[in-house]
Amino acid sequence: MPLMREPNLNDPDGLYAAILDAHADLSESESVALNARLVLLLANHIGDETVVREALALARQSIDEGAAG
Amino acid sequence: MASRGADNTAMSQVLNIRLQHRRSADHARRQPQHHPIIIVGAGPVGLVAALELARKGHRCLVVDKKDQLSAGSRAICWAKRSLEIMDRLALGDTLIAKGVTWQTGKVFFDTRRVFEFDLLPESAHRRPAFINLQQYYFEHFCIEAAAKSDLIELRWQEEVKGIELTGDGALLTIATPEGDYRLLGDWVIAADGARSEIRRHLGLAFEGRVFDDQFLICDIKMRMERPAERWFWFDPPFNRGRSALLHKQADDVWRLDFQLDATADRAAAIEPESVARRVRAMLGETVEFSFEWISLYRFQSRRLQRFRHGRVLFAGDAAHQMSPFGARGGNSGIQDVDNLIWKLDLVLRGRAPEALLDSYDWERVAAADENLLNTTRSTDFIAPKSAISRAFRDGVLALAATQPLARRLVNSGRLSVASCYDASPLNGPDGFAAGECPATRPGAAAVDAPLADAWLLDALGSGFVAAAFCRADASAPAFQRANREIASSLPATHLLVTDPIACARYGAERAPAYYLFRPDQHVAARWRRFAAAELAGALARASGRAASPTPEWEGSSGCL
Repeated sequence: MPLMREPNLNDPDGLYAAILDAHADLSESESVALNARLVLLLANHIGDETVVREALALARQSIDEGAAG
Repeated sequence: MASRGADNTAMSQVLNIRLQHRRSADHARRQPQHHPIIIVGAGPVGLVAALELARKGHRCLVVDKKDQLSAGSRAICWAKRSLEIMDRLALGDTLIAKGVTWQTGKVFFDTRRVFEFDLLPESAHRRPAFINLQQYYFEHFCIEAAAKSDLIELRWQEEVKGIELTGDGALLTIATPEGDYRLLGDWVIAADGARSEIRRHLGLAFEGRVFDDQFLICDIKMRMERPAERWFWFDPPFNRGRSALLHKQADDVWRLDFQLDATADRAAAIEPESVARRVRAMLGETVEFSFEWISLYRFQSRRLQRFRHGRVLFAGDAAHQMSPFGARGGNSGIQDVDNLIWKLDLVLRGRAPEALLDSYDWERVAAADENLLNTTRSTDFIAPKSAISRAFRDGVLALAATQPLARRLVNSGRLSVASCYDASPLNGPDGFAAGECPATRPGAAAVDAPLADAWLLDALGSGFVAAAFCRADASAPAFQRANREIASSLPATHLLVTDPIACARYGAERAPAYYLFRPDQHVAARWRRFAAAELAGALARASGRAASPTPEWEGSSGCL
């Protein structure tokens, strides 16, 4: 199964807020640590390595394009 | 203070052995003396090569510049596959008897245990996952065995000073305490270690990655009631922000390894009082111990582009150098010569073309890449190179304490297992369904199993073996009939295995399975149905006698 590229959340605004809430009161390095753990947890949950790799490539592409622009 | 009370006679007896230089008759000859095989380097790799050659009836000369056994323990972890190879040299029992058997590893983060692994959870194996034994003992036992052979000549304190390829061999210039002399070798096995002189003299690139991290390694002698387990710490209180390792060896010697700052001063770091402070911080203020060896190392991950250069064959650290986490240096070197010597034997006997040795290069370069990949990944986990790398590493360790999902990601070294030569040019067909019984697929090292009165690996020996694994009696007569038909035309032994554990391990619980094993006990091909022509084809291919690189049966799956 390829990476889901269409909207897949019932409450996008609520989840976005939940992600920010998880970082509340954290220093920048603590936020980095939280994000790393989140990636590890979600990657394991997804399990399908091709999906995770596709997400990694997409995320990286978005950074590289930003840097180029 | 470090105490010196412990009994260290057993250790010193071996370490005090002087390897004497004796002037050989070759020295005085006007023309360089010819030798069929010259092995440069009498470390574990060169010595195993010599013993294996002698066992197959070949004469060889071994030269080494050293005058004593490996100073310090150096390689200590000998993997199951290495022990199985040493069994063929009748040294397995000796190594096991002297070594410390272990199979459990524990990983700590700060003061918490976050992970534990069992390297051999399955019973009914002859050899354990690992033993720990100092390299000097390994060398000592090999040298004792070599001294009993009329076919092996060992020359100590002799160093290669120059090498010239001659087309059908090499001309070596040897420096000795009594001056230089020259030797002609048809074949040269370069097992002369990470700083290989042969490699340097031939001007061969040895490229790869250099790590800045420094590790302090020391062997201490102490009496301590502690299980024989590998203990690894990330970020412990006694070495904050870095790693440490504790491992038991023979004679109450313990290996300690401390990661240091990349910038730590070398001389200060190995000063015994400063090392003693580290030891006491790790093991307690009251611990009594004496030092056997202290060293500081940085490591590199690199290999030669090719391991075969005409009639010069590189093996072990001379061919590839890697981080020690995973015990893949010494063990992969033993597997190098395990792969090499049967091929050289067939070539020397005229039973295979010289090109068979290109498969040594192919298979062991692939194995080296696998080992380099694994050790590099371990090193990146143990010594993160960036803030984000550390964030992920610490995240894994923090989660591993409570979440099983993270434990498989903890990487304190992926310990050496035999390489599988997937896609090797020597591999024949895999007649099993896709994904079925992957442990014994073509290219894999044979999995041991108990037979009625022996072990499977003993029964396989060290020639080509065609084996039927078959629980149902009905197939046995058919197989034996087929055996008789091909026995005259095939230089392969035939074996019928009906034992339940062996059949289960080889995917023959419900249906018979037919295997061709190579002399190094790797699977060459396997089938669900027996066909003499297929077997003959696979045998030719595994001997380097198949002309076509892509035989018509390649890619077939399911029953033949």
